[in-house]
Amino acid sequence: MSATSLEIKSTAINFWGKIKKSSSISLIFILSAMFILMYIVSPPFRSISNLLSVTKLFVPIAISGIGVCMVIITGGIDLSLGSVYGLAGVITTLILTKTNTNAFFSVLLGVGAAALFGLFNGVMIVKVNLPPFIATLASMSIARGLCYVITQGYPITGIESQGFLFIGQGAIAGIPAAVWCMVVVAIVFSIFLNKTVTGRRIYAVGGNEEATRISGVNTGRIKLLVYTLCSALAGFAGIITASKLGIGQPTSGTGFELDAIAAVAIGGASLAGGAGTVSGTIMGAAIIGILRNALVLLSVNAYWQQLIIGFVILIAVAADQISKRRK
Amino acid sequence: MQQNQTVFFSVKDATKSFPGVLALNHVSLDVKSGSVLALVGENGAGKSTLMKILSGVYQMETGEIFIDGEKVNISSPLASQHLGISIIYQELNSLLNMNIAENVFIGRETRKKGLIDKELMHEKTKILLQKVGLDIDTWTRVGTLSTAQKQMVEVAKALSFNARLIIMDEPTSSLTDTETHTLFKIIRNLKEHGVAIIFITHRLKEIFEIADDVAVMRDGEMVITLQASQTNENEIISNMVGRDIKNIFAKETADIMDVLLEVKNLSTKNFLHDINFHVRKGEILGFAGLVGAGRSEVMRAVFGIDKRETGEIYINGQMVKINNTVDAIRHGMGFVPEDRKEQALILNMNITQNISLAALEDFRRYGFIDQKKEKKEAVKYIKSLQIKTPSEEQIVGNLSGGNQQKVVIGKWMEIKPNILILDEPTRGIDVKTKKEIYMLMSKLAQQGVAIIMISSELPEILGMSDRIVVMHEGTIKGELLRNEASQENIMKLAMLN
Repeated sequence: MSATSLEIKSTAINFWGKIKKSSSISLIFILSAMFILMYIVSPPFRSISNLLSVTKLFVPIAISGIGVCMVIITGGIDLSLGSVYGLAGVITTLILTKTNTNAFFSVLLGVGAAALFGLFNGVMIVKVNLPPFIATLASMSIARGLCYVITQGYPITGIESQGFLFIGQGAIAGIPAAVWCMVVVAIVFSIFLNKTVTGRRIYAVGGNEEATRISGVNTGRIKLLVYTLCSALAGFAGIITASKLGIGQPTSGTGFELDAIAAVAIGGASLAGGAGTVSGTIMGAAIIGILRNALVLLSVNAYWQQLIIGFVILIAVAADQISKRRK
Repeated sequence: MQQNQTVFFSVKDATKSFPGVLALNHVSLDVKSGSVLALVGENGAGKSTLMKILSGVYQMETGEIFIDGEKVNISSPLASQHLGISIIYQELNSLLNMNIAENVFIGRETRKKGLIDKELMHEKTKILLQKVGLDIDTWTRVGTLSTAQKQMVEVAKALSFNARLIIMDEPTSSLTDTETHTLFKIIRNLKEHGVAIIFITHRLKEIFEIADDVAVMRDGEMVITLQASQTNENEIISNMVGRDIKNIFAKETADIMDVLLEVKNLSTKNFLHDINFHVRKGEILGFAGLVGAGRSEVMRAVFGIDKRETGEIYINGQMVKINNTVDAIRHGMGFVPEDRKEQALILNMNITQNISLAALEDFRRYGFIDQKKEKKEAVKYIKSLQIKTPSEEQIVGNLSGGNQQKVVIGKWMEIKPNILILDEPTRGIDVKTKKEIYMLMSKLAQQGVAIIMISSELPEILGMSDRIVVMHEGTIKGELLRNEASQENIMKLAMLN
């Protein structure tokens, strides 16, 4: 067995092991409780199609969550990811419909554009020394503005590429292609964060940036990397959604950064940096996904949904903070 | 002048301890009104602890304080102020964005019908400023004043409390000669008005200019009080350092060979200048000096942590480019910093992860970390450095200070350095671990490593160094060989201009 497949196997085992240890226990508990509750209370919840739509709902949150998780681990934040989510969708669909580029390269270019935007964020934060909150607050507007400028406000329609539509609407072995995307991203980044030298350095920068710098790590480069990856993943998530809907919407992803960041926080990351996991983020995303789905199925007034989700996030993060403090 | 000066303030038998340290050991002090008492002692002697007790920040465990013959209880900073004691800290406590009057009267603004009576406040402030000879508009924002002027504002504030005792902690460290002169004029003026001043300083020359008495502290004890007119620098320094050096140092001889590291003409913006030194293979070079002399700054500049203005670094005779820590490590340098929690350790990671941090490239296999090898190295250091821990997976934040320091040393040994810089390597560490660290340093020197040790503990410097460089306010004042060095002559170089 080659080194990498051994790593994959051991990561899968570690994955389960990590889920068992630490605060993930409470997450699984909450997730299971929500699931069981909904199963009992709401018949529509039980259908396979509903379960599939729930997973499709939380796939983009999970993928962007993994991206912003890395940024949060280094002690930073990225508020622009919702706008980049929309921007990548718009760029990809535009390239798809206005040029002869095939699905694969269109997606590649879309993710590339998102990555470039992330690099821009990184440069502002590392070289110009802007606080991440301010820098990404500004770039949030810039990216959203770009969405409108590119589309002139109109959605991009008329996508015929079957290859592209498969991403968000197709399935392999009964499981939506989007879910497969999430699984691959999760495995790749879990291995990346836990097993590679760069992954270790990312945690180190978050744990104590000064000590890491003195220990000979190029902390600027690490930060540039995580912001680039974060935007790339947010872009990928936005492309999946564009594929699911079959159009490129300039408003896509508005407010989405809140869900992604909430997923990471619920998943046990500390917003001060130094901690956070891929598995936790995915469970956080699942909790938000089930919650949104539950509120719809229970016919909760749409205005109340916003309120309730906000409270749930607050409680989840507070509970995590309290349990950490007790340790 | 002698007639005005009667003892009005007395501390008797003050004792104060912190976990593991007896900071004050039955200290007594008498202060005469209308006089200046200089308080001297090395860092760690207890001066600052004593002053914090007088200003109400700390509480004594045993001891009594008398003012005008009556016992008092200084229970808080506010109580201290009400008793007529004011303290002006070295770092100053000015509110930079407020004006002079607001600074002086902060918290007790003059009121008229519930609103602040600004006119009265500024009038009162003007009178106080006249007393200290500061001729500036009371509406001036304090942030725009020079350090000397900020200090005068603090003195004015002290006066507004009708202070009878003003404590000044190293007031001249950021002043020019002219400003110092002005400050002394004000102090003499205060003296004439019966105010007593306790003046903490390292500048012996100033003592003879302004002080009436000198109190010398050492290792938490009040050693002696001398009259300034009847003593000299040598006697003061003797009393500051005079202690029996018990030989806890495990220094073994090592072969000292060629020059490995040479630093020429190093300077930084506004502080270090003309720094030149070298260190040989197998040599332990001690860097002595007072806190703030610039020793850590020199090493941080050499190691690439801070930017330097000028300076060349030569390793094995070749000039090398060191612009950041990556360069420094690549050239075989290691750096155990002064503050292990802020600068050396990732407290929420375990021992294994901390030890491999500076040497991750050595554990890299196709981009992945060879975790088996990593664990092996960690176990190796736990054994050889005798780190007390249940396992290599113990989170470093849970270890004791001494064991944390060993993890830091292990981390830097992992890169197999040729030059190892240690900044206060045994600070805050128990005696047994100190000995172990000294033995380790000796062993490394025997293996040919060039070691630079910054330390504020004179016995340590004398016990471990082959050669000692002494710094003072940003420059190197002198160099002493092991056999010609003594606590006194190191202190002289460290303190005298």
